[in-house]
Amino acid sequence: MSLPPFFINMLKFILPLVLFVVLAVFLALGLNLNPHDIPSPFINKPAPVFSAPKLTAPTEKLSTADLKGKVWLLNVWASWCVSCRAEHPVLNQLAKQQAVVIVGLNYKDEPDAAKNWLDTLGNPYTVSIMDQDGRIGIDWGVYGVPETFVIDKKGIIRYKHTGAVTVDDVQKIFLPLIATLQAENP
Amino acid sequence: MKPLLIVLLLLLSPLANAVDAYQFANPEQQAAYNSLVTELRCLVCQNQTIGDSNAELAADLRRQVHEMLQQGKSKADIQQFMTDRYGDFVLYNPPFKAKTGLLWLGPVAFLAVGLLVVFLVIRRKNPTQPTNIIEDAEKLAAVHRLLTEKDTENLS
Repeated sequence: MSLPPFFINMLKFILPLVLFVVLAVFLALGLNLNPHDIPSPFINKPAPVFSAPKLTAPTEKLSTADLKGKVWLLNVWASWCVSCRAEHPVLNQLAKQQAVVIVGLNYKDEPDAAKNWLDTLGNPYTVSIMDQDGRIGIDWGVYGVPETFVIDKKGIIRYKHTGAVTVDDVQKIFLPLIATLQAENP
Repeated sequence: MKPLLIVLLLLLSPLANAVDAYQFANPEQQAAYNSLVTELRCLVCQNQTIGDSNAELAADLRRQVHEMLQQGKSKADIQQFMTDRYGDFVLYNPPFKAKTGLLWLGPVAFLAVGLLVVFLVIRRKNPTQPTNIIEDAEKLAAVHRLLTEKDTENLS
């Protein structure tokens, strides 16, 4: 194995440069990834079943069966959650368009604090249900609040959004997806 | 005053560790619990296990693990339950499959590259055949003469 000397000399400079560029690309990708964006294993799987008391009428229950045939969002929220406050006006806007049923999962919250929150900031939810001990949250793989799921007419989870939903997300992701799902046959 | 303070602090110290006080039906269950809480990742504070973390979600997941063990579920059942909901990321010891291939094989590949580089460097620095640089006998004799001469004489 005898390579021409000039080639070996070139390699001495080029190899570290190539290694550096590869490393830099990986680090740049790593910096731009959000470690809290964990791919949900639920996409295109049936939504976990729940039957939970309503926030405003604890004697009544809402179950996943009640929502069959409808496109709906499950928005996980809590009055102690800071990002939910940022998200709230966006949800209020979305609710006004009446494009979709929005179910609120009031996660590990005090019912009074939650009701107070809705009274002061507005209520975008068609209905909110209570998950005081976080069991529905575990069933849905919730690990950070807010989270938003999009469920189709057959009860299949089609999309999951982690973190606060922005106006941009609504325009570019949610509304087009909801329109597609509404057009599907139940 | 000081002894009193120490006694008081000692009395309070059990509180610091009393995170969960779970009862187990048998030592096997307890062992399964202890191993599971060190194998499952807390998804809120991602570099901690649910056993290490104080996050509420971690406490809820510990409760879930405990309940499932009490219902007679096996370790594998519980790991499946968690991955069904949170994905492989919840496991500190992820399974080997196409998606995690790089994770498992990456270190081996890096080791292989490292060994190759070491091998190449060593081979270049240590020629196996010692060669005589000076082959001309007359010049070689001159070198020997120069080396044996006294320092003061070869200054010119």
